[in-house]
This record gives sequence, C-alpha cells and structure tokens, in this order.
Amino acid sequence: MRHLLTTAGLRRETVTALLDTAEALKQALLGRQVRKLPTLRGRTVVTLFYESSTRTRASFEIAGKWMSADVVNVPAGGSSVAKGESLRDTALTLTAMGADCVVIRHPASGAAHRLAGWVPTHVVNAGDGTHQHPTQALLDAATLRERLGTLNGRTVTIVGDVLHSRVARSNIELLITLGARVHLVAPPTLLPWGVQNWGSGPHREEWEEHSRPVTVGHDLDAALPGTDAVMMLRVQAERMHGGFFPSTREYSVSYGLTEARLGLLPEHAVVLHPGPMRRGMEIAHSVADSPRAVITDQVRNGVHVRMAVLYHLLAAQEEQA
Amino acid sequence: MSSPAGTGAVGGTEPPRQRELLAAGEVARIVARMAHQVIEHTAPEPVMLVGIPTRGVPLALRLADRICEFGGTRPDVGILDVTLYRDDLRRRPTRPLRTTELPARGLDDALVVLVDDVLYSGRTVAAALDALREYGRPRAVQLAVLIDRGHRELPIRADYVGKNLPTSRDEEVGVLLVETDGTDAVVIRRSRR
Amino acid sequence: MRRPFLLRGIRPYGAGDPVDLLVRDGVIAELGTGLDGTGAEVLDGGGLVALPGLVDLHAHLREPGREDAETIATGSAAAALGGYTAVFAMANTDPVADTAVVVEHVYRRGREVGLVDVHPVGAVSSGLRGERLAELGAMAASVAAVRMFSDDGMCVHDSLLMRRALEYTRGLGGVIAQHAEDPRLTAGAQAHEGEIAARLGLAGWPAAAEESIVARDCLLARDAAAALHVCHVSTAGTVEVLRWAKERGIRVSAEVTPHHLLLTDERLAGYDPVNKVNPPLRTAADTRALRAALAEGIVDCVATDHAPHAAQDKDCEWSAARPGMLGLQTALSVVMATMVRPGLLDWRGVARVMSERPARIGGATEQGRPIAVGQPATVVLVDPDATWTVRGATLASLADNTPYEGMELPGRVVATLLRGEITTEDGKVQR
Repeated sequence: MRHLLTTAGLRRETVTALLDTAEALKQALLGRQVRKLPTLRGRTVVTLFYESSTRTRASFEIAGKWMSADVVNVPAGGSSVAKGESLRDTALTLTAMGADCVVIRHPASGAAHRLAGWVPTHVVNAGDGTHQHPTQALLDAATLRERLGTLNGRTVTIVGDVLHSRVARSNIELLITLGARVHLVAPPTLLPWGVQNWGSGPHREEWEEHSRPVTVGHDLDAALPGTDAVMMLRVQAERMHGGFFPSTREYSVSYGLTEARLGLLPEHAVVLHPGPMRRGMEIAHSVADSPRAVITDQVRNGVHVRMAVLYHLLAAQEEQA
Repeated sequence: MSSPAGTGAVGGTEPPRQRELLAAGEVARIVARMAHQVIEHTAPEPVMLVGIPTRGVPLALRLADRICEFGGTRPDVGILDVTLYRDDLRRRPTRPLRTTELPARGLDDALVVLVDDVLYSGRTVAAALDALREYGRPRAVQLAVLIDRGHRELPIRADYVGKNLPTSRDEEVGVLLVETDGTDAVVIRRSRR
Repeated sequence: MRRPFLLRGIRPYGAGDPVDLLVRDGVIAELGTGLDGTGAEVLDGGGLVALPGLVDLHAHLREPGREDAETIATGSAAAALGGYTAVFAMANTDPVADTAVVVEHVYRRGREVGLVDVHPVGAVSSGLRGERLAELGAMAASVAAVRMFSDDGMCVHDSLLMRRALEYTRGLGGVIAQHAEDPRLTAGAQAHEGEIAARLGLAGWPAAAEESIVARDCLLARDAAAALHVCHVSTAGTVEVLRWAKERGIRVSAEVTPHHLLLTDERLAGYDPVNKVNPPLRTAADTRALRAALAEGIVDCVATDHAPHAAQDKDCEWSAARPGMLGLQTALSVVMATMVRPGLLDWRGVARVMSERPARIGGATEQGRPIAVGQPATVVLVDPDATWTVRGATLASLADNTPYEGMELPGRVVATLLRGEITTEDGKVQR
C-alpha cells in the first residue's frame, strides 16, 4: 500500500489485513510494561491538519509514537499557511525536510488525492472536506467486528447528516466491501444525490444476490428493530442556517437517539458515534453512557488501526509507485 | 504439503529438489529427548515455553505435553510474534502480524525457554530477545530448537538442540509438523534464491 | 498594396471538386478552376477544406487585469491558430468593461495586434454587481460599437434588472448574453450535482439552477420582444426550454462549448482542477442531447468560453481552483471529433455553427460571409485528415489549462486569412 486516501476501491483482502494487523498490534501491546514497538524507528510522520481536531490528531500521534516513529504535528493555523503558502508548497517543504509520511486533514474534498500527486511521501487521508475519512471507517469496522463478529450480512444504520459527512461516505464503502448492508436515515435534505445507488453496479463483485446494499429511509423508529448497529453522525449547527432542517428541536425529535429509541434496538445491537458528541442533540445523554454505546472502544481501536495503517505503509519494502 | 523424495523437476536428470532427512517417528523421538533435557537442566524451577510463530508454537505445545508427561507439571506456554522486531522488514513486502499471547503472570523473574523450529542466522532469536525485554525481565532466557543448521550471523547459541544439521547456504531446511502441514518431517531442499 | 494571391485547389465547405480562389485587395476576386496565377503569390491548398473564418462569441482574453494568464495578443494568436477570425471578448476584466473607455481600449488593442477582429462585450450591470445597468448606450456608440452585453462570470439574477436590460438593448439593436446560474442554488457548488460529485464529496451545481434562469429569461425576452442569447448551455433540460421558446417565436439564441460536447463528470475522479468549469461538466446524456441540439439548430452555435488561468489557480486543491478551460485552439478539432466524425454535422454545418450563426448573433457583419466572389477573403483552411496531440505548454495562450492535454484530436488548421491577410500558416502566427 502506498497511500490510504479512501475506502472506495479497497479490496476486501486489504481491509481484512489491516483489521487483522490492528488486532495483532492490540494483542502485542497487552500486558507490556513498555508500550512501544521498534518497528517504525527512524521513520518520520508529519501530521498536517488544516482543520483543528484534537482527538484524531492525537490518535495518529500516539499511533506513530507507539511504533517508535518520529511524529511532528504541523498545525496549519500557524505561520506559513496563514501567510498564504499553498498546500502544495507546504507539502513539498515537509517532504524536503524528510517526512516519510504525511497525515493530512483538509477542508477541501480531494486534498489528499492532490497531495499524493505532488509529493513522493506516503499520504494518509485524515479527513478531506466532505469526501472521506478512511481510518475512522476502519476503526468503526474494527469495533463492529469486536462486538458483532463478522460483518457479512449485518445491517448497519447510519443516521444524520450523510450529505456533509466524510465519515458516512467512508463507512458506506467499507461496510459494503465487508458484506454488510447499510441503511441511511436522514431528512431528505441531508442525503447525497443518488446515494441509494451506491454499492450497486457491475464492479462490486461482493454483491451478487443483493443488488442494493444501500437503502434510504426517513423513519428512525422503523429502522431500529432490524439493525445490528446504529451509527449516529454529528450534526453541525451551521447546517440549520443553510436551511437543511427547520430547527435543532425538530431534528432531535425526529432523528435523535433517545432512551426510548435505544429500547427499540435488538439486544445485541451497538451504538457508535465518530465524536465529538452533542449530547441532547443527536444522542441522548443517557444513551451516550449506556453499555451499548461503544464510543470509547472506537477511540481505543482508533489508535491500533492507525498503527496498523502506518505499519502497512511504512514498515515494508517500498512499492514501485 | 507432503515430502516425496524424488524428482521435482520436469523431464531432466537434475538431482532431487527435496530430500527427507527425518521422518515422523524420528521427529517425535527428538522432541521427547529435548523434553528430558529441559527437565534435567531446569528442574525444580518451573519454565515458561514461548513459541515463535509459526512452527515454534506447536513445537512449544508438544514440548509442554512431553515435559508434563515426564516431569509431572505442565509448563506455561506463550506465543511471541517477533515480526515487529525484525531487522529486515524493509527488504520484503508487508509481513502479516501474528498473535502474541503471554501467560498472565508475566515474564518477570521467569525462566523463559524460547522455542523455534530452525536456528540459522540467529536474527529471529535476536528479535525475540528484543521483544521479550518489553514484556518484563525474565530471570533467564534459554533457547530450544528442533534443528540447528549452522551459519550463525550473530553470537546466538541454542541450549537445547534436537539435531545438528550441517547445510550449505544454497539449501533450505523445512520442518513440517502435523499441526501446520499435515505431517511430521524434516526436509532439505535447494534454495530458489 | 499587397500582391494578390491565389489559393489553389481548395474545397469550400468541404464539398465538390477542388477550386482555385484569387484574393485581391482583401476580397475574393475570382473563384473557379484553373485560375491564372500570374503576378500572384500562390498557396497550394492541396484539396483542403475551406470555411468562412470562425467566430467565437465567448472568450476571456483577460486584458486588462490578468495579463499573467492571457493578453489580447496571446489570446488573438490562440484564436487565429484555432481558425478564428473574430473573437468576442467578455467583460469580466479588471477593470470591468462597463464603460466606453475600457471597451475602446480592448477594441484598439485588438486592432493593433491585428490577428482577429476583437469585439468587446460590454457588461450588463455596473461592475458586474447586478444592481444597475451599465452605460450600454455609451458602449454601443463608442468606437468599439458594442452590440453584445453580458455579465458572464456572473448571472444577471435579478429579474427586474434582466427585464430592463432586455428592453434597453432592444432599442440599441443589441443582445443580452446571459450566464444562466441561479446563485442561490449554486452557493458553494463545485461540480455537477450528480452521483459522481456526491461520492467525491463535491457540492452539487443543480441543472435546475441553469434551466430555471433560461426559462425565466425566455419569458422576459418574449415580453420585451428583445434578443436573448444563452451562454454555454450545459444541460438536456435547457435544450428543452430552448425548443419550447423557439417554437413560440421567442428571439432566443444559444451557444454550447466544445468541452460540453465532449467531456463529462467522469473526469472528476482524480480531482484535477483542469476539469473545473462553470457551468460544470455534466453527464453523458447531457452531452448527447447537446450534440443533437447543435445539429438540429436548437442550439445555434459553438462558443469556446476560452478561460485561461495562471498555473497557481489550477495547481491546487479543487475547491481553491478557479473554474475555466482553454478552448480557442482546440475548438474546431473537438467539434470534428464530436460532430463531424460521427456524422452529426457536415462541413456546411460546421460553417453554420462556428461562423455564420455566431457572426449574425453578435452583429459582426464582416464575418461569417459566404465563400463567394465579392466577399471578404476571411477564410480558414483545414486539413480534415490530419491529427495532432494537444500539449498545453505549446499552445499559444500564456496559460496552459487545457483539459485535452495529451489527447490526439482530428483536424488541423493549415492557414487562416483575415480580409486577405494570412494571419497563420502551418501552425505559426504570421505577424
């Protein structure tokens, strides 16, 4: 693997290898006095975050450090970017300084793809605009695998602002690759164009019998009893001003995961959230703290998954680009 | 993968590609002998057998069974994947990681016996020693291998050797075990590299 | 006084046997076989197709204001090399061409360069702000004799302002060219609103944002009995609106760009901003509808919307890139590839959509004329069998943002003549 830019087009074997590696790394770190692996010693990982994000950036930093890589954080609020330096120039500068891998978060969709075309380093997409956030989807899959076993034939319901969510896009592609069905619940204004066609088509060899692995609905109560997992997306307040829905109250009444709705879920079903949560908006306070909510597991798995990604990108022989 | 002695090449008078050196019965006898040696050198101190994947693991389990049979108590068995500590990762495509599972009581002050199928350059064992350090501080670390084929590149030696097998560098030694390969044998073949 | 010269063995409109064409004093003096070439410079036409010089109703020459991307000189060179003899230069320069002063500057500069007739387009609203009418009369009365007015780049979205503009230009004998885009529906839009953009996380530019404005403007043109021209039609839906309007005798004309005939939103995949354009590349179904409409005449002509951009405005992430593509030098080849080769349009049809109709719509009376005795010798000679590979760096434009980079396209302009002067020959500018 040269880059991790998107979950679209990742082969099932690749995904499984990444998740297995994450699991092995988790095992390798258990019961150790020294939580450090020497594997990426001497490799330099730079995080280049144009959007502020404590959790994802910290997760990558810990992942790199636990693998003994040198991790440098470049916050783009700082000097040269604020002086108008282009993304391309920033990337070339960092590469010239010796970065082996750039982890980028950027508000423009496609930024990671463009970066991969400009620099010879490995690129990990930590979130580009509304496009993709592949490591989030991988850690969600790792968490689901932990709680549900195989994802083949499972139904995962994703609720909320799918239109603007890179987490949703990454998850939809990845879950379908792993054989799951995805049900989207959102107001019609917050669904991407043609999303019900995602996953179908002649190139998706995983799906022969079912031609539509993605379904769409607007009724959350109806969706919950039949699902194995529910993933609540963040809703940004500015979407309200864009006229996507009339008020936060109306939104949380229709699409919020309340205590009552938690009761509609099957026994084994779990609740995920990419964070940060707005308690009382998309998820009730008590639901966020219930044992069915696996949010802290997601965060923990996030470190191992990111370690696995760095391992697959940096530890082995350089692929011919 | 079974081990037919005989020609592997098509239509030629080439020497046989693979030769069987030890058959199933001999492997079992060697393991039994090693178990006796371990007991002899360590009793009454309890040992912890730590197998290096892949084949070091079933070997460690077999040794544990034999030690239990001959000595009375079954030693703890652990698994230690050394991939992350290898010094040659950058020379190959990505290696998949294996599990690491160590006994709950930890390594501190334990007598650890690393178990592997073949000892060659010594680098795998060196990686294993690096890995062990991060889990604790054993009282001592010993090494048990089924086959020692020589050509050490590091100052590593085994405490318990099933069989010494002089080889040349262009040969490969393969250990086959029922648990992983369906049969027990030790074979030698000409290396492709 | 230049010597007369003789084009030997050319095929006007690609039809019939080769004939000779004698040019004297900038005019076609004789047309026939076996003409006497004594005293004349002879150019061997080699059976090449001869068309009236191409007329582009929509190009951005960037001067004044963005001379780092293009100048009137380099833009004229690109146009002439593409077979053009007239170019309508859009008003969204810096300063905006909303006064007689700016349009006269552009006009005079075009004359100085002398490779193509540069017709400045005047802004509809002052500063393109869409608040009040610019001095349309002053621009029409100026040396530049502006007849086409457009806020292109921006949409005249205020219905009342559009109505007033249409009424006012009726009195001037002019035409309003609308960049149809309802800004409320396209706020933050990056690419055609469809499945591909949705997957790629690019905010969508809905087809209805174009179609609704076109429909509204047709009705306003009806009421004002005025002439409306629709820039860069990009959707099948707009074609249907135009058909409806023309059936009712509304005075509306429309143009399509070469890139909307050839390229689709499949090009979004690598996020290369060379494919970012306004209106965006649409679906294959839209390109098919546009080709049929151009052949049928519902869309009147081809116009390039030539939009050069400096490298730093394209060599960046998608959302930061400016929209627009080069077009002048590749237009004829793309029309050949999408219309002539598939048999949708013959060379007469090419003459119609790339020369005659645009000249009529823009009021360029010396252009788009028949290849006949007495007419200005403003023609282009085309080798229909040649092919060439597009390389942005070698095109005449200062900028090199061409979406056809590396593509092999059919047809080559062998020579361009403007009123008897050879402006380009064998891919080289002659002045």
